[in-house]
Amino acid sequence: MRSKSVVARVGVAALALYSSMAIGSKYNFQEPQSVIAKDVYDQHIMLMWICLAIFIAVFGVMFYSILKHRKSVGHKAANFHHSTTVEIIWTVIPIIILVAMALPATKTVIEMKDTSSPDMTIKATGYQWMWGYDYLQGEGEGISFYSKLSTPKAQLDGREPKGENYLLEVDNHVVVPVGKKVRVILTANDVIHAWWVPALGVKQDAVPGFIRDSWFTADKPGIYRGQCAELCGKDHGYMPIVVEVLDEDAYSEWAAEKLASMKDSVNLAVAETEAVEAAEQDSENN
Amino acid sequence: MAAVHGDVHDHGHGDHHPTGIMRWVTTTNHKDIGSMYLWFSLTMFFTGGFLALGIRAELFQPGIQILEPELFNSFTTLHGLIMVFGAIMPAFVGFANWQVPLMVGAPDMAFARMNNWSFWLLIPAALLLVTSFFVPGGAAAGGWTFYPPLSTQGGLGVDMMIFAIHILGASSIMGSINIITTILNMRAPGMTLMKMPLFVWTWLITAYLLVLVMPVLAGVVTMLLTDRHFGTSFFNAAGGGDPVMFQHIFWFFGHPEVYIMILPAFGIVSEIIPTFSRKPLFGYSSMVYATASIAILSCIVWAHHMFTAGMPAVGQLFFMYATMLIAVPTGVKVFNWTATMWKGAMTFETPMLFAIGFIFLFVIGGFSGVICAIVPIDIQVQDTYYVIAHFHYVLVSGALFSLFGGVYYWLPKWTGHMYDEKLGKLHFWLSMIFFNLTFFVQHFLGLAGMPRRIPDYALQFADFNMISSIGAFGFGTTQLLFVYIVIKCIRSKEKAPEKPWDGATTLEWTHLPTPAPYHSFENPPVVK
Repeated sequence: MRSKSVVARVGVAALALYSSMAIGSKYNFQEPQSVIAKDVYDQHIMLMWICLAIFIAVFGVMFYSILKHRKSVGHKAANFHHSTTVEIIWTVIPIIILVAMALPATKTVIEMKDTSSPDMTIKATGYQWMWGYDYLQGEGEGISFYSKLSTPKAQLDGREPKGENYLLEVDNHVVVPVGKKVRVILTANDVIHAWWVPALGVKQDAVPGFIRDSWFTADKPGIYRGQCAELCGKDHGYMPIVVEVLDEDAYSEWAAEKLASMKDSVNLAVAETEAVEAAEQDSENN
Repeated sequence: MAAVHGDVHDHGHGDHHPTGIMRWVTTTNHKDIGSMYLWFSLTMFFTGGFLALGIRAELFQPGIQILEPELFNSFTTLHGLIMVFGAIMPAFVGFANWQVPLMVGAPDMAFARMNNWSFWLLIPAALLLVTSFFVPGGAAAGGWTFYPPLSTQGGLGVDMMIFAIHILGASSIMGSINIITTILNMRAPGMTLMKMPLFVWTWLITAYLLVLVMPVLAGVVTMLLTDRHFGTSFFNAAGGGDPVMFQHIFWFFGHPEVYIMILPAFGIVSEIIPTFSRKPLFGYSSMVYATASIAILSCIVWAHHMFTAGMPAVGQLFFMYATMLIAVPTGVKVFNWTATMWKGAMTFETPMLFAIGFIFLFVIGGFSGVICAIVPIDIQVQDTYYVIAHFHYVLVSGALFSLFGGVYYWLPKWTGHMYDEKLGKLHFWLSMIFFNLTFFVQHFLGLAGMPRRIPDYALQFADFNMISSIGAFGFGTTQLLFVYIVIKCIRSKEKAPEKPWDGATTLEWTHLPTPAPYHSFENPPVVK
């Protein structure tokens, strides 16, 4: 008996430790930075409370029973085996709770799907293993670049200490203006990838040969990091997404500069494309 | 049945079967075949477990230390395939082989020779999976869900996997037909459907699900095979196909598959709880209806695995509502188990501990399941460690814990010896602690944004990954204790009591000696 209660206490302590670490720290959802992400965050918290309440109710009863209705304390077994009333009650109550959960979720689903009238449109293309971005519409139209992991190989192999944004840093950020509705169009060049930025509440698969879309409006300037979320082969873990949100003026400046530098480096871009094609051909040959 | 049994029924002269290895190769006895299924699944459990520990060792700290990314992907892929198709499913079929005839009062399975065949098919399939690590290009690395186009890229390993799945599917279909026929035709006189033990009911429903969905899986892997080698373009957009169609077909199999792995677990727990509460199961008929509704609902929720694949809002909403609905019959089951325990006279031997552990942790997995059903939240947690945590709560502390409970519950009946109660309890508590250590933290990893199937991760995930890896090694090591307990039980000299569980009411405890003789119920018992 004593060893059992010690074990139970250790278990409870461990759970409490985890839970306290989870509250108000990086172990919950990332701090939401868009309307949708905020909705998701709030709904998740609400569901956690509902689940916790049900959990305490059900296991409160069960553990009371485990303590009191045991043979070792001399409890004699009753012999009841059904009750239609009780069974109807515990079928109907969960249905009501589920409806309460589904209502706000339904609203958010409809919002998430509404990609109409964006302020700007960016196409993201998944490659094995990097992202390509084309600014299709809105300020900055015509900007086009690839975005690759920039963490040095030496850090991966442990020959150098790992930096703060280890595996979450890229050479070219996706830059967008704050407060604008950005529609992201997704596709892929080879296999399925998924474009995911947790803080902005966006995750959408990029399917080769098909177009998908999603949207976000960033609340605040900042740098938001995400990763490819669909297994896409060997370097699936090495194709992060970095979205840099600038205020409007800074964005205009960046867009103008980027467009200008793109004109200068047309040749470089051509070379890059060729390199990518060669790499593809390589992988096909393999 | 006379045709199947014929002359082997000569009681006084012992059993006419070959000895040595040929006994096992040629056996048509449900007990022999059941044992082989169980040993096979235990072996595969350790194979899959070895792969899991490889994964956890690599993830112990950031950086690449042990497994290169490609091999890491093969490890996760084969871990999933082996655990699902090699460990959990055959283990439940092993239970069905042992227990269904004993619990319905039948002398054997309906198709005894097919039974032999469906077991022996598992061996080549397992060999294909395991040896695919050693062929050029290595084992399949596209995840256990092997989505194309990624899975069209792989080498010979992928073809071996496809072939293995074909064979395993054939084995499962034969096994299920056998179980359905046995249950429907060979019940003892007086045992109406609504008097069957719940374990038998859950397996009847599971077997129907298997017959329904395994051909779908066979179809989809065949399409993948022809895409790979014969120039078709089912899943290739360039040729007019659609990669997402694969996901629809796969999950039309895949979601019922989840319930194939959990319904028999419900059955085992529904046998254990009343026995150790010394009280009849509460709401027997609602348990049966709940099982059937879960099975039916499981066929119309598949696309909840694909909320990020892109589908219209109406589609997302339909699959969200349908998925949430499953919580209702599942809740009914949990409430019924609780009501069965209520005002009982409980004792807490190892089977009961595993059954209670099952309910406790399965409910946590059920809650995270409801959370995953909510589309906006699922879009955040899909393909993250949150989902990994969710399905390990239902598959490990769900299916696996119920299997452990079932083994401890029926070991005395199977072997005629008692297992070591102290060690059994130790096994439970260690499993419980290490399981939670491994998987509870993964909820936080997923919420914080760690994708699944990555060999290396950002630094903010480091501490919980380390905890999880420590837990995994503890859990893996603990299972060696289980093997020791089982072997010790089999080799024990001491005879188990005729009826070690005084609350047991099913036929194998009330009408058969312990251990169950090689041929049982040659004359069917009469059930009142």
